[in-house]
Amino acid sequence: MKLDRRSFLSFVIGGAAGTAVTPLPWKLMDDVSIWSQMWPWTPVPADGAYTYVQSTCTLCPGGCGIAVRKVDKRVVKIEGMAGHPVNDGGICPLGLSGPQMLYSPTRVAGPLKRIGKRGEGKWAKISWDEAVAEVAAKLSDLRESGHPEQLAVFNGAGRGTFSALVDRFMTVYGSPNLVRPATFEDAYEMAVYRMHGQQAMVGFDLENANFVISFGSGVIDGWGSPVRMIRAKSLWKDRKVPLVQVEPRLSNTAAKADRWLPIRPGTEAALALGLANVILSEGLFDRNFVDYYTNGFEAWRKMVLDGFTPEKVAGITGVDKDFIVVLARDFAKAGAGVAICGRGRGATPGGLDEAMAVHSLNALVGAINRKGGVWTLPGNEEVNWPEVETDETAANGMQRPRLDGAGSGTFADARSLPNRFFAAQADGKADPVKALLVMEGNPLYTQPGTETVKKALDRLDLLVSFSSLMDETAAYADLILPNHLYLERYEDVAVATGMATTVIGLAQPVVPPQCNTRHAGDVVLALASAIGGPVADAFGWDGFQACLEETLADDWDALTEKGYVVHVAQPSHWSEAFPTASGRFEFAGGYQPVPIEGDKGAFPLVLVPYDSLRLATGPAANTPFMTKTVGDEVLKGKDVFVEVNPQTAGSAGLGEGQAAVLSTPRGQARVRIHLSEGIMPGLVAMPGGLGHTAYDDYLAGKGVNVNALIGPVEDPASGLDAAWGIQAKLAKA
Amino acid sequence: MSTKDDHGHAVSGDTADKKGGATILLFFILGFAASLAIGWGVFPKLLYSTKPQPFNFDHALHNREVGDCESCHFFREDGTFSGVPTLAQCTDCHADVMGETEDEAIFVNEYVAKEREVPWYVYSRQPDCVFFSHAAHVVKAKMTCESCHGDIGTSTSLKPYQENRITGYSRDIWGYSIAGFKTHTYDRMKMDDCAECHEKAVGSVDRAPAPGVVSRHFRQEVVPAIYPLDRQAATGSSVQTRRDACFVCHK
Repeated sequence: MKLDRRSFLSFVIGGAAGTAVTPLPWKLMDDVSIWSQMWPWTPVPADGAYTYVQSTCTLCPGGCGIAVRKVDKRVVKIEGMAGHPVNDGGICPLGLSGPQMLYSPTRVAGPLKRIGKRGEGKWAKISWDEAVAEVAAKLSDLRESGHPEQLAVFNGAGRGTFSALVDRFMTVYGSPNLVRPATFEDAYEMAVYRMHGQQAMVGFDLENANFVISFGSGVIDGWGSPVRMIRAKSLWKDRKVPLVQVEPRLSNTAAKADRWLPIRPGTEAALALGLANVILSEGLFDRNFVDYYTNGFEAWRKMVLDGFTPEKVAGITGVDKDFIVVLARDFAKAGAGVAICGRGRGATPGGLDEAMAVHSLNALVGAINRKGGVWTLPGNEEVNWPEVETDETAANGMQRPRLDGAGSGTFADARSLPNRFFAAQADGKADPVKALLVMEGNPLYTQPGTETVKKALDRLDLLVSFSSLMDETAAYADLILPNHLYLERYEDVAVATGMATTVIGLAQPVVPPQCNTRHAGDVVLALASAIGGPVADAFGWDGFQACLEETLADDWDALTEKGYVVHVAQPSHWSEAFPTASGRFEFAGGYQPVPIEGDKGAFPLVLVPYDSLRLATGPAANTPFMTKTVGDEVLKGKDVFVEVNPQTAGSAGLGEGQAAVLSTPRGQARVRIHLSEGIMPGLVAMPGGLGHTAYDDYLAGKGVNVNALIGPVEDPASGLDAAWGIQAKLAKA
Repeated sequence: MSTKDDHGHAVSGDTADKKGGATILLFFILGFAASLAIGWGVFPKLLYSTKPQPFNFDHALHNREVGDCESCHFFREDGTFSGVPTLAQCTDCHADVMGETEDEAIFVNEYVAKEREVPWYVYSRQPDCVFFSHAAHVVKAKMTCESCHGDIGTSTSLKPYQENRITGYSRDIWGYSIAGFKTHTYDRMKMDDCAECHEKAVGSVDRAPAPGVVSRHFRQEVVPAIYPLDRQAATGSSVQTRRDACFVCHK
């Protein structure tokens, strides 16, 4: 017997036959199929109890209630809170994708200190004690040198207790340089201050209006509280309430509006006054309100009747004369019409003349403190802390002028002018600030004119970011003291933005902190304690949570259980509604357009930014999920598309999808062309929210940051940024 | 000469052929036997690795102390089943060392004191794609725990956990018999075992076979049991495919 080729084959065949009657092949097939359907690297949430935590979303000032679904200890989904007065179960794409922020790889894992050059990305991990000591040392130095005003804080947090704590800290420390990002609400509130004589927040009772004119506001593109606005839009459709959208571009809002009036951008105030002209000349205004509660009507009336006839306004705005007349009649006769302003999301304040013209239009039809109209709200009434006792250093510091000039001289009405703050700091002529603490903000990305902001930051000795994620400002900072993310901390949202009732929401910890972070409120208290003296004495709380509990005392139980409380504002009696010199509503304002930046000869086109719910433009940046929802005609690969009218593109020799170089006086960028009949000729529209340089591969390097191409333009009347665009040119790439 | 030679050659050729044939057969049998030995003997030993549990757990003792299975393996308020108790549940009683066993010491020192969940190996863990509702079986159909989990409740020690090296799941799912034979209902927990029990519970249902690749039992018994005949399932429960609903049990 020898092992030849035939016997070997026979052995193999025998083996094969034998194998077929063993479980081996069948069991292996089964196991391999199980393995291949359950790849071990596919993440599967841990098994455990399913629970919901009621909280409030603080990613924008909208104040939506959220119900956060957890499996065991992990957040798996965020839903809108059913029955919540703001969003009643609805949620926006940003709020929905909160878990991607919570578990993001770009979370700042703990306190960091820069060891390379600014923005180089070289960090050393430090302990919380070291981090607080380092900031406190710099702050103590500034105070001891007699210049506490050289500390500035950029605080993007809402109107809650945390912001009140920061205000208190700055007062007792002695620096007036507390800067907040400005939005259309700043311009509108300033208009209200001039016309009502009171500092108040404004709310719009849009659910009860029966005719709405939007002067460029992105009703379903993120204006106000986005989910509430989408619900309001649905309600209008059900109740057949007309929405008239005045905007040069066919936005989602314009597409869903009942009438779309394309207008030359920047002339909205003239249109508002043109409507007022028709209402006045045809006697359609609310005589009761005008006669009994207003002042300065005759002078204003004369100005409007002489200067803003439909013919003249048609010439200024490009809107047909007949449309103006018909719209004015419909608006006035509706009985509960209301006009709103603030372009797109309302992130840029806009001209004061515009806010005043729109508010005058509202007053003319009596839509002030009336059902379906504009309401003034008292703001945050929860904070009733004892007065701070300041020392001489602080008192002297608080006497010095703010770097942005707000609150004195020309801009006595203004409370914060971030555009002027960064311009003055970059300019360096005035006494610059030495240290800047950035809380809940990312000015290096969100402020128009990012180059100026960068120059301003370069003049600092110390830039501290409190960001939970590695955003642009954090990446450029000297120290990062990461705050808990909104799903890990207590925070109150004192008033949901744009609502006509005071809705107070509470964000509460849904999960324990995932990183070595600390509540920024606790860090402020720790800094105060480290500085010592009267600064430490001003804060009697053990921690931020204790402070919050004490501040919200009566509402605390309801807030922790339900997540929100509603304070129904008692409308002021008419005799007290307008604390002006005359005791009445003051008609004022006119049309004083602020020219945008750039030479029309060198830059014949106009770049306008636009907003979309799919792109977050604020300090909370896009999540990977949101970026996935952005269409190919907006972002393809790393290329951003600008919308251009075919006529404009044709004269520049550009076609659909072609690459082009977009230049403005502020900079230039490579873009691609998307032809759209839905945009007025001569304009180039670019989406906001792209072009990040920080964060991760899902976001960084995609598209262009429109704020790098547009700079702020100061409104001489308010000091606020009135820029709605910038002169630009397109050339083949 | 040539004839003799031819004859002689012919004879020796026949013998060689017979011998050769026997050799080939022998090798066939050898190959056959070897593969049987590997398939039935070696393969199961290679396929599974034995992993020790973190420490021993005495079900019988606990059962005597607390009285029933539901005290530890309970239904949550929303109807979901809690499964293996969490550390928080255990520490309701075991805040300190309660007995004198070595296992108790390990538990308290390594897990309770350090607030770590015990990384138990779970014998009954199904692949992640399987959706199974304890409530439907235990509460609604009033099945006993033993029908699927056997007599683990009366055991004094945990049996060795055998992990399938390919899938990572317990050997208990396929069953200890590598051929797939079983004597008790709880010996195996594959899809056919679900189908078998559902068939018994529901009885034979006469219905047109739906197209698809799932087993006959499953198509004809399991699905009708879940979807009564008056519902869409009678003609296939998926609106899109008109087939039976795989997603009832497969996530």
